[in-house]
Amino acid sequence: MPENTAEVAHIGKSVVIRGELSGSEDLYLDGEVEGTIELKSNSLTIGPNGRVKAGINAKAVKVEGRVEGNIVGSERVELRSTAVVVGDIVTRRIVLQEGASFRGSVEQQSDGAQAAAK
Amino acid sequence: MKWFRSSSSESQKTATAGAGQKLTRRSSGLGELYRHLGSQSGLCILDLGSTSASNIRLFAELGHKIYSEDLLIASSDPGIMTQDAEGKPQVDVRRYLAENLVYEGAQFDCVLCWNLPDYLEESLVKPVIDRLWSMMKPGGMLLVFFHTKDAGPDAPCYRYHIIGNDSLAMTPITAHPELSRRPGRFVKGFRLQRVFNNRHIETLFRDFTSIKFFLARDTIREVLVIR
Repeated sequence: MPENTAEVAHIGKSVVIRGELSGSEDLYLDGEVEGTIELKSNSLTIGPNGRVKAGINAKAVKVEGRVEGNIVGSERVELRSTAVVVGDIVTRRIVLQEGASFRGSVEQQSDGAQAAAK
Repeated sequence: MKWFRSSSSESQKTATAGAGQKLTRRSSGLGELYRHLGSQSGLCILDLGSTSASNIRLFAELGHKIYSEDLLIASSDPGIMTQDAEGKPQVDVRRYLAENLVYEGAQFDCVLCWNLPDYLEESLVKPVIDRLWSMMKPGGMLLVFFHTKDAGPDAPCYRYHIIGNDSLAMTPITAHPELSRRPGRFVKGFRLQRVFNNRHIETLFRDFTSIKFFLARDTIREVLVIR
């Protein structure tokens, strides 16, 4: 569970979403999403039961569950030890715990590249 | 073909309190590779071992684009098994290569094979090396380790973590919990399939430009191959 659930939108593990998921608040996702996830100015946490088949674009992305799709985390991407990720990651800061399963590429952007992209 | 004597390439056991034993290894092959990588940035690197968070972090921080793909886990997928004319199980090599090592447009400067060929199913070894050749840039480097002696089928298969310019930490591979829950998945470890001699290795990499052997005092032979 996220540290502060009061300020985080929550999608439970029985919820299935197909399509585009976007918003302007932090999101804890423990359900299933197929499509795209856009949280450009906010954080996304995919819980241990989370199953995502989607391209993800968020400020910070933390993965404890399973993701099939490319991840863009403008500030940070974190894969916890239970994460299984198949896809490419582009971010400024990458954090991986030993035990995470990852198949894809990691491209770490410099602060200069991030500023230019904006 | 060039031969090099590695002065200190031997495994050292280091005690890690509460976590069993952790092995470290001096690697002359890695040292040479690192000297090549150290002077450049923006390279494409492919790590074919079991996912190593430290390797990914290291190369990403050095400004390289790091690709990670666990070919051993992929080879244990029951979905790639088929049957021959006599009904014996065999690997569907075509399907394996259709599902793995697929990087459209990517050309790699460096490939880390670690001990993959020793543990990979026999029929996959040559096709995988041929595919790697086609995915590498001319002058690109491939690092691979081979056993020099038959250590038995239960010789541990390791995950390699780069901890210094010529130093590796090794942890025995256990399957990821997510994968081990799937029926038919290999859950305990991988078995040493064979021991390649020098001639086998030269044949395996005959399409490459050059091969360097690094002899160590332990039972591992390091090989650095240039495309």
